[in-house]
Amino acid sequence: MGCGLCEVYCTVQHSKSKDVIKAYNRENPRPISRIKLEVNKPVSFAIQCRHCEDAPCVTACLSGAMQKDEETGLVTHDPEKCMGCWTCIMVCPYGAIKMDASGKVVSKCDLCSELDVPACVANCPNGALVYKEVKP
Amino acid sequence: MSKYVIVGASAAGIGAVEAIREVDPIGTITVISEEPCPQYSRPMISDLVSGKADFEKMKCRDDQFWQKNDVQALTGRTAVSLNLADKYVALYKGDLVNFEKLLIATGGKPFVPKIEGADKDGVFTFTTLSDAESLAAKIETAKSAVVIGAGLIGVSVTEALIKRGLKVTMVELKDKILSLILDAKASEMVESIIRKAGVTIATGQTVQRILGKPEDDNVVGGAVLTNGEQVQCDLVIIAIGVIPRMELISGTDVKTNRGIIVDRFMRTNVSDVYASGDVAEAYDFVFGENRLLPLWPLAQLEGKVAGYNMAGKKADYPGGTAMSALKYFDIPIISVGIANPKEDDAYEILTTHDPENNLYKKIVLKDNVIVGITLVNEIENAGILFHLMKNCAKVKKFKQELLSENFSLATLPRSLRKKLYPGEYK
Repeated sequence: MGCGLCEVYCTVQHSKSKDVIKAYNRENPRPISRIKLEVNKPVSFAIQCRHCEDAPCVTACLSGAMQKDEETGLVTHDPEKCMGCWTCIMVCPYGAIKMDASGKVVSKCDLCSELDVPACVANCPNGALVYKEVKP
Repeated sequence: MSKYVIVGASAAGIGAVEAIREVDPIGTITVISEEPCPQYSRPMISDLVSGKADFEKMKCRDDQFWQKNDVQALTGRTAVSLNLADKYVALYKGDLVNFEKLLIATGGKPFVPKIEGADKDGVFTFTTLSDAESLAAKIETAKSAVVIGAGLIGVSVTEALIKRGLKVTMVELKDKILSLILDAKASEMVESIIRKAGVTIATGQTVQRILGKPEDDNVVGGAVLTNGEQVQCDLVIIAIGVIPRMELISGTDVKTNRGIIVDRFMRTNVSDVYASGDVAEAYDFVFGENRLLPLWPLAQLEGKVAGYNMAGKKADYPGGTAMSALKYFDIPIISVGIANPKEDDAYEILTTHDPENNLYKKIVLKDNVIVGITLVNEIENAGILFHLMKNCAKVKKFKQELLSENFSLATLPRSLRKKLYPGEYK
């Protein structure tokens, strides 16, 4: 239904305060949402990193910041190693990698690795986002 | 005897090691590299000079990379010749390394034109860690520099030098900067930003002579441009580009054009001999022919494809094309494929330009297929556009939307989304 709550909860989850008011009004720069609601009525869906099996961003990464975790299957991004060259943005077929709020490095979905269920899924009011493991 | 021998341990060599190990966990791998610690990111050497990154940050694989992949890493060693009949690589000072499968990933070397005075102290090329370290060591005492070449390497080193407080003159033979990857409009925008950062740009010029200092002629003191203008400087950085390093195969049967010619499996014409990265001339899907494309992401991908095939898993190279993402002078730019199409009715050009926000976007179409993308300052849809481009998707129905800020996956007709993103509809 295109409510955009996934973006709100993603932003809050990746904020320092984890509080919606503080995250939106006081944190400067405000953290960006790593999930993007795309709307072209009547179609609407949310896009975030697909953690691709053969991830183009990992192969293209100039600094080694983008890695495929062999155990979890996650595509992980290390902002400490990121040089902000934007090469991953160029090759991600989903457009799921963004510049972060600082404009110095990129940012993308980490599947809320510290939560059992990602914040966007847990808070999707219509059950449109589902979290499940699939075999590659 | 090693089952796999890889000469060169930068992007292509690393990609090959990882691919081989995915398929073959036990076959012996030997990697030969001139550099003592080769697993670093060469595109990051300008960050080392600017002070943004130290060597630790530049390592694109950790210190245990060779160990973890069970690789015999002959680092700090140079491969000097190749015997294809007896299948071995000869190292400097005599050792021979036998192979079953060989990957030549020797990369590129800086192109250095003949310039009088280029042997003076203070003249640098800018390709390797050691180039960057030598340059960084001189910066403390230097006040000004001349950078020859305003392509990717030239712009990257110029930014680093400006950040370190030097006065920089960038000299470019073509009539505009970044001429290979930007059109006139985008180049002009970037040029104006770079000038504002304090850089002097001299286009249509090159350096004809490097001068010494009055007190010591062996030390760089200035440069004379082709128009006769004399620029005072303490450093000269030659950043014109790279050419394939093909010494290893000279005199062998390995076929070359401007680089080593490879097929879609990264095989050379000699069986069991593969080539990848800046040394290879691989397939460009926009031009439909093999071209030199010395770019890190392509080198890594080519190395990976070579690795799979060497280890017996059939993989074909989808092809690359000119593709660059730039971060310099705080203006993000992405350029893919054709930036400057020939004046020809076959090409259709879409642009948007917002000078106030330094925003410029251009798409080049041929038969309703994207063949060129230039995005200045608004780059986040680049990946979707590139995906359409790689898959030769017909964009006729929605081409007017391509440059809109609202363009997204949702813009694509459902049938096309289904075709290009099959995983989403499982």
